[in-house]
Amino acid sequence: MTIQILMPALSPTMTHGTLAKWLKAEGESIAPGDAIAEVETDKATMEVEAVDEGTLGKILVAGGTEGVPVNTPIAVLLEEGEDASAIDTGAQAAPPDESPTMPGEEVPVDTPAAAREPAPACPAPEAPPPSDEDRFFAETQRLTVREALRDAMAEEMRRDPTVFVMGEEVAEYQGAYKVTQGLLAEFGPKRVIDTPITEHGFAGLGVGAAFGGLRPVVEFMTMNFAMQAIDHLINSAAKTLYMSGGQMGCPIVYRGPNGAAARVAAQHSQEYASWYAHCPGLKVVSPWSAADFKGLLKAAIRDPNPVMFLENEILYGQSFDVPTDPDFVVPIGRAKIVRPGTDVTIVSHSLTTGKTMMAAETLAEAGIEAEVIDLRTIRPMDTATIVASVKKTNRLVTAEEGWPFAGIGSEIAAQMMEHAFDYLDAPVARVCAADVPMPYAANLEQLALPQPGAIVEAAKAVCYRA
Amino acid sequence: MENQNGAASEAVAEGSAPTVPLPDKDKLLYLYREMLVIRRFEEKAGQLYGMGLIGGFCHLYIGQEAVVVGMTDVAEPADTVITAYRDHGHMLACGMEARGVMAELTGRRGGYSRGKGGSMHMFSREKNFFGGHGIVGSQVSIGTGLGFAHKYKEDGGVCHTYMGDGAVNQGQVYESFNMAALWKLPVVYVIENNRYGMGTSVARASATTDLALRGQAYGIPGEAVNGMHVEEVREAGARALAHARSGNGPFILEMLTYRYRGHSMSDPAKYRTKEEVSKVRETQDPIEHVRKVMLEGGLASEDELKAIDKDVRGIVNDSAEFAQESPEPDPAELWTDVLVDA
Repeated sequence: MTIQILMPALSPTMTHGTLAKWLKAEGESIAPGDAIAEVETDKATMEVEAVDEGTLGKILVAGGTEGVPVNTPIAVLLEEGEDASAIDTGAQAAPPDESPTMPGEEVPVDTPAAAREPAPACPAPEAPPPSDEDRFFAETQRLTVREALRDAMAEEMRRDPTVFVMGEEVAEYQGAYKVTQGLLAEFGPKRVIDTPITEHGFAGLGVGAAFGGLRPVVEFMTMNFAMQAIDHLINSAAKTLYMSGGQMGCPIVYRGPNGAAARVAAQHSQEYASWYAHCPGLKVVSPWSAADFKGLLKAAIRDPNPVMFLENEILYGQSFDVPTDPDFVVPIGRAKIVRPGTDVTIVSHSLTTGKTMMAAETLAEAGIEAEVIDLRTIRPMDTATIVASVKKTNRLVTAEEGWPFAGIGSEIAAQMMEHAFDYLDAPVARVCAADVPMPYAANLEQLALPQPGAIVEAAKAVCYRA
Repeated sequence: MENQNGAASEAVAEGSAPTVPLPDKDKLLYLYREMLVIRRFEEKAGQLYGMGLIGGFCHLYIGQEAVVVGMTDVAEPADTVITAYRDHGHMLACGMEARGVMAELTGRRGGYSRGKGGSMHMFSREKNFFGGHGIVGSQVSIGTGLGFAHKYKEDGGVCHTYMGDGAVNQGQVYESFNMAALWKLPVVYVIENNRYGMGTSVARASATTDLALRGQAYGIPGEAVNGMHVEEVREAGARALAHARSGNGPFILEMLTYRYRGHSMSDPAKYRTKEEVSKVRETQDPIEHVRKVMLEGGLASEDELKAIDKDVRGIVNDSAEFAQESPEPDPAELWTDVLVDA
C-alpha cells in the first residue's frame, strides 16, 4: 500500500497554500521527522515533515505551485519493498475520502422546516428548588450576621473533616472582620489556616485542594482583593468541570465582604455580583439576613460546585432571628418574599434589601404596598418567584449596589421581557450605584450609593404616582 | 549548565555518555517504548492537524520525551500530575489511552473530555492526571493545592507539578513556592526548560537563567538535570520525590531539554536556526540515546527494537483511526457538565 502525502494545513485558518519547493527528490528515502517540502501560508513559510518512513515515489504537485487546497495529494510515498509500479495513477487525482471543513468555508445547511417557523414563546422559568426552611423558625436565637457565618462554618467543619478554612488573618487574628472567631481554637491549625497575602496563589491552591478531594472555604479579606485571583475563579474553578467532560468537579467556597463599606473609596468599594454571575459554572450567593447567611453558607459548603459567597461588611454587625437547629439549610437558587405586597414588586439583594425594606415602609405610608423579594442567590436566579410576583403587581423595580451597565437589574429587566412582558403596566425601573468609581468624600459617597429615597421614587414612578 | 548567551543548543550536555548507572535491560526497553509512543503519537497528531482533523492550538512534545517518561517511571501510585498545555506526553506517560487522547484532539465523543476540552484541556481522575491547563502558570498554584491535599489527607502522595521556562516569570509561581515551602507541601516542581517560551529564548525573558535556583528565596532546593537522558531524569526525580515525600517540602528540578517543533502548529520557528535544531536532534535525541546505549551495550538487538517500533506504530495508527471514526459529540452535550447536580 502506497501512502499519499497530503497538502497540510499549517495554521488554524489555512485553506490554501503555495507549495514553495520540494526538499526531497523522487527516489530519495525518507524517515519520520525529515523535512520534505516548504509550504507558504498566508503568514509564514514552514517546512512539512514526513510522518511515515519510505521512499518518495512520485511528486504530484510541483514546487512553485500556488493555491494548493489543503488535503490535496501532493506526493506518493512508497513503503519498504514497494517500487514505482505500485503507484496507482488512477488514485492520484481522486480527492481525499473525507474532506474536512475548513474554517471560513461555506457549509450548506439543510434547514429543517420547523426551524424557519416563528420562535415559540419563551418557556416558563424553571421553578426554584424545594425548601423546608420555614419550619426551622419555630425556635430561633438572635445572632449577628458575623456570628451566623461563624456558626455555619463550625457546624460544617464538625460534620465533614474535609472542610477547611483558609485566608488572610483567619486563624490567629480571628478574622480581619472577626468572622472566623474561635475556629482555630476548636479545629486547630491544620484546618484553619492563615495564608500569606497572596490571593492569586491561594485561590489557585484552593482549586487544587478541591480537585484533590477536600472542601476548601477560602476567605478573601474583601472581594476587592479577589480581583488578583479572578483567573482562578473563572478559568480554573468554574470551567474545568466542562473542559473535563464532567470529571473535575470543584467543590469550593470563596467568601468575603462585597460592596461598599464606609469611606474606603474606589478600590475598596465594589459590588461584584454581576461580574461573577456572568460566568457559567459558578453559583453566586448574596444574602441579607443572618438566617440566610447561615443557611446558605451551609448549602454552599455542601455544594459540589464552586460558589462565590458575597457578604457585606456593614451587615456583619446587624442582628436577625436565626434558627437554632443545625439542620437548617437554605437551598441555593431560591429567592424569598421578605415583605408581601400588591402594588409593586421590588427585587434586591444583600445590604440593599434592608434599604428596600425601609423604602417599603415609606411607600406604605403613601398607600403603596410593595412586595419585596430578596434574591439571596444571584445565580442560578429564581426568576419564577419574580415572575409570579410581577403577574400580581404588574410593576417592577430592581435595587442594587452594583453599577447600572450590565448589572443584576439589567438581567432581571431582560428576563421580564422574556417571561412577563404581557404583565407589565410600566417599564422596569432600575436603582443602582452611580456609574462612577466610589468617591471618598462623605457627601459624594452617599450620592453614589442607592438610598431608600431613590427606591421610593422609582416605585412611585412605576405606579404613576407623584 | 550555562545558557547565558541564549545559544540554546550549547546548553544541553554534549554527547550521550551516561553519567549515572543505567537501569537494567527490561527497564531500558520499557523507557524506550514509552518515549517512542509519545514521539510517534505527536508526529501523528501533527499529521492529523495538517489534514484539518485537529483544530485550534496543538503543542507538540517532540524532543522532551525523556522528562515525563523518566519522572513518571519513579512515581508512586498515590502521586498526582499536573501540567500546562504541552500535555499529550504527560497523559500518555500517566497511562491514559492513546485512543482517548487522540479522539479528544479531533474533538470527538471518544475523547477524554468527550470533545469539550481539546488538546490543552484533558484530565483523568483514574490516572491521577489533573490537566491540561491553558493559562501559563495557573497549573503551578493548582498543583501546589494538590500537594496540600496530599498532606492534609496524609496519603503519601506527591504532586508532580510541571511548568515550562516561560512560566517561571509568572507571579503566582512564586506565591506557590512560598506557600509550599512555608507549609512543607509534598510537591516536586519540574521546570521543563526547552529554551524558548513561545518565540523568546530564556536569556531574552529571564534576568537570571539558572532556573533551578528560582526557589532559593524560599529555601527550596533545586537541581539542573540533563533532561535528554532518561536515566538522569529518573535518578534526580527519585531523589526529589523522596525529599518531598518524607516531609521536607518542595523540590525544584530544572530539566534541560529541547523542543524540536514550533511552539504550536502554526509557528515557523524563525527565532532559532535550523542548524541549532538539527544539532540537538543529531547529537542529543533522548530516544536515540537509549537506542544507542542498548545497541552498543549489547542489551538489545536491532530486531528487538524494530519489533517495538512496529508495535508502537500500531498503537498510534489505531488511535488515529479511532479518533477519526469516533462521532462528534451529540449536540445535547453542549449543555452538560456546566454544574454538578447538587
